[in-house]
Amino acid sequence: MWQRVFHLMLKEFLALLKDPASRAVLVLPPIVQTIIFGYAATLDLSHIRYGVYVEDRAAPARELLARFAGSPTFTGRVRLDSLEQGRALIDRGELLLVVHIGPRFSAQLLRHRPASVQVIVDGRNSNTAVIAQGYVREIVNRFNARWIAEHPGWQPPLAHLVIRAWFNPNLESRWFIIPGIIGLLLQVVAMLVAGLSIARERESGTFDQLLVTPVRPLEILLGKALPGFLVGLAEGTLIVLIAVLWFQVPLVGQLTVLYAGMALFLFATIGVGLAISALALTMQQGLLGAFLFMVPSVLLSGFATPIANMPVIVQYLTLLNPLRYFMEILRGVFLEDASLPLLMSQFWPLLVIGLANLAMAGWLFRHRLH
Amino acid sequence: MIKTSAPWQVNRMRRLRGLLRKELLQIVRDPSSIAIAFVMPMVLLLLFGYGVSLNARNVPVALVIDQPSGVTADFASRFRYSEYLSVVQLPNMRAAKRALRAHQVDAVIHLRARFATEMQAGRSAPIQVLLNGVDANTARIVRGYIEGSLSGWLQQRAARQGQQAASPVMLASRIWFNPNVRSRNYLVPGLIAVIMTLIGAMLTALVVAREWERGTMEALMVTPITIGEVLLGKLLPYFLLGMGGMALSVAMALWLFDVPLRGSVWVLLTVSAVFMLAALGMGLLISVSSRSQFVAGQAAIVSTFLPAFLLSGFIFDIHSMTGPIRLLTYIVPARYFISFLQTSFLAGDVWPVILVDVSALAIMAAILLGITLRCSRKRLD
Repeated sequence: MWQRVFHLMLKEFLALLKDPASRAVLVLPPIVQTIIFGYAATLDLSHIRYGVYVEDRAAPARELLARFAGSPTFTGRVRLDSLEQGRALIDRGELLLVVHIGPRFSAQLLRHRPASVQVIVDGRNSNTAVIAQGYVREIVNRFNARWIAEHPGWQPPLAHLVIRAWFNPNLESRWFIIPGIIGLLLQVVAMLVAGLSIARERESGTFDQLLVTPVRPLEILLGKALPGFLVGLAEGTLIVLIAVLWFQVPLVGQLTVLYAGMALFLFATIGVGLAISALALTMQQGLLGAFLFMVPSVLLSGFATPIANMPVIVQYLTLLNPLRYFMEILRGVFLEDASLPLLMSQFWPLLVIGLANLAMAGWLFRHRLH
Repeated sequence: MIKTSAPWQVNRMRRLRGLLRKELLQIVRDPSSIAIAFVMPMVLLLLFGYGVSLNARNVPVALVIDQPSGVTADFASRFRYSEYLSVVQLPNMRAAKRALRAHQVDAVIHLRARFATEMQAGRSAPIQVLLNGVDANTARIVRGYIEGSLSGWLQQRAARQGQQAASPVMLASRIWFNPNVRSRNYLVPGLIAVIMTLIGAMLTALVVAREWERGTMEALMVTPITIGEVLLGKLLPYFLLGMGGMALSVAMALWLFDVPLRGSVWVLLTVSAVFMLAALGMGLLISVSSRSQFVAGQAAIVSTFLPAFLLSGFIFDIHSMTGPIRLLTYIVPARYFISFLQTSFLAGDVWPVILVDVSALAIMAAILLGITLRCSRKRLD
């Protein structure tokens, strides 16, 4: 039996690798994508373009503005002559926010009265808006703390927070996103290699030939699944190397746990891919099926938006999604040094999903001849 | 001259009509094209509209109080009252740290033994907060919630004692266009662009590659049909399908998700049509430059879907990307369309934005379709 599986696998690899274009499509995009998306996919803001409209030339106002200028995130400052001008620039998307300091700002402060600063933020992308607002608040808080310390008469607040973030002390969202990209790209590769393999044979008519050979359905299944599995493991290794060596994302956990997770995830994804593949009659249908599975699976994996924010029903739906578990494993191993027992609850669903789908694919092989 | 060109024109029209008929039949017989154009947008919009949100609520937070007193009880009750946090009190830091590790809570708030005494002495009492920083964005949001609850509590206490807990500079911030910061309001318009990219590129990426793979391209080649006509015959039906999907998406955005449309519908339709041409051009280019459906399919995903998702400003801010990557976003058609859609839906017809975006899209469509025509001509020689 293993000999037959081996030959099938060989044939599958030949079909995959003999064409230079499809060879390139398998190897190049993951590397390029990891690097590009690793740089692009960050939720931290680093170049905030902002406008200032200052009606107060006294020292306290200048001091507050100097804090903006000194911050590495607020880079593009535009001086405005009126709020109207600021409104127009925000409309055109040239400024993310406008800071307005009124004429009585310094006078109020020096008389020990609270002075207000008005900030207008472009809310078209509400996430960016909230983050930018947070940065402004941080600057103002630091200004306040300093002002209270230097000017008697102001009471310090009765309590303050001392915040420490575990696993990611500087709250760099890149550390969160890049391990996620590994899952994203592995899924694309595994789905396409597995998801299109049977549809391709169906379309070119060689699948019926395969069925009349003495090869059993289980062996066909294995012969189709193993290439995707091996290609996936190789690419996974490559992307992990880029994440660690190029992007310097810490990998604090154990490699064995990471690879166990990767193997199980590939197993589950290839199961889904083969099931779709067995259902599809043409390449277009196979591709559509792969897509209809992949896009929701990325959205519902917690890759960019947390699962905890979803409605409860949708949260239950995510339990069917292999990528969801793999994201937990990836981030757990990379950042938290999560141990095998802690991740057990992520491992077994992958196994169940994989087995169920492979069984379905095997059944469909025999029963979907048209 | 006129005599010879007139029947030639008639023939041309007839040939085109024949081709269109063939494409339409192919679309109708393989329902997956229609599924891509109509079912996929619906599934995606439903998932995104209802499922995906960046607004965290009921964040689980552990509270550890080393020495209970009236002050700490007051503090705890204020935090329990927050609609954003869901507070569980744990007996000691060991248990709290274990809960943080096991992802049962996202943050730990620790009031030390001296907390109440320090507060009564008028010194600023430190409150230790531990966050799970793995998801940096969520961690930052949770930190904001905790800060908000703390300052609310301090103000409440001060007000009860007849004082004002004022800080020197008070921040009054306003968020324009989307005052309630509903993430749905920007995700849904952005998603329309992602969906349109998918429809355009996916639908067309396979159609020419399929003809090569099945060998029907040779059959077409021996007929008097020119390659331009073949491409036009492929472009038109898929353009209509794509615009149908677009109309469906906009209707869902407006009536199902209550996203406001502040710009004009006609502008929206026109710019969408231009974008559709660019997306179809991209798909056709992939299609003619790869003769196998496998390669065409991979290329379509890699060069259209992922960039439209990640490099377009849909979720990740373009201005925060590093220089070379930011330059790269200029050649992603979805970037312009998303900028246009977010403006058109939330801000209105801002002509400076619209003109830049629409001309960029028109240039791209022209270039992509031009290259496609050239490439395919070479192949036929």
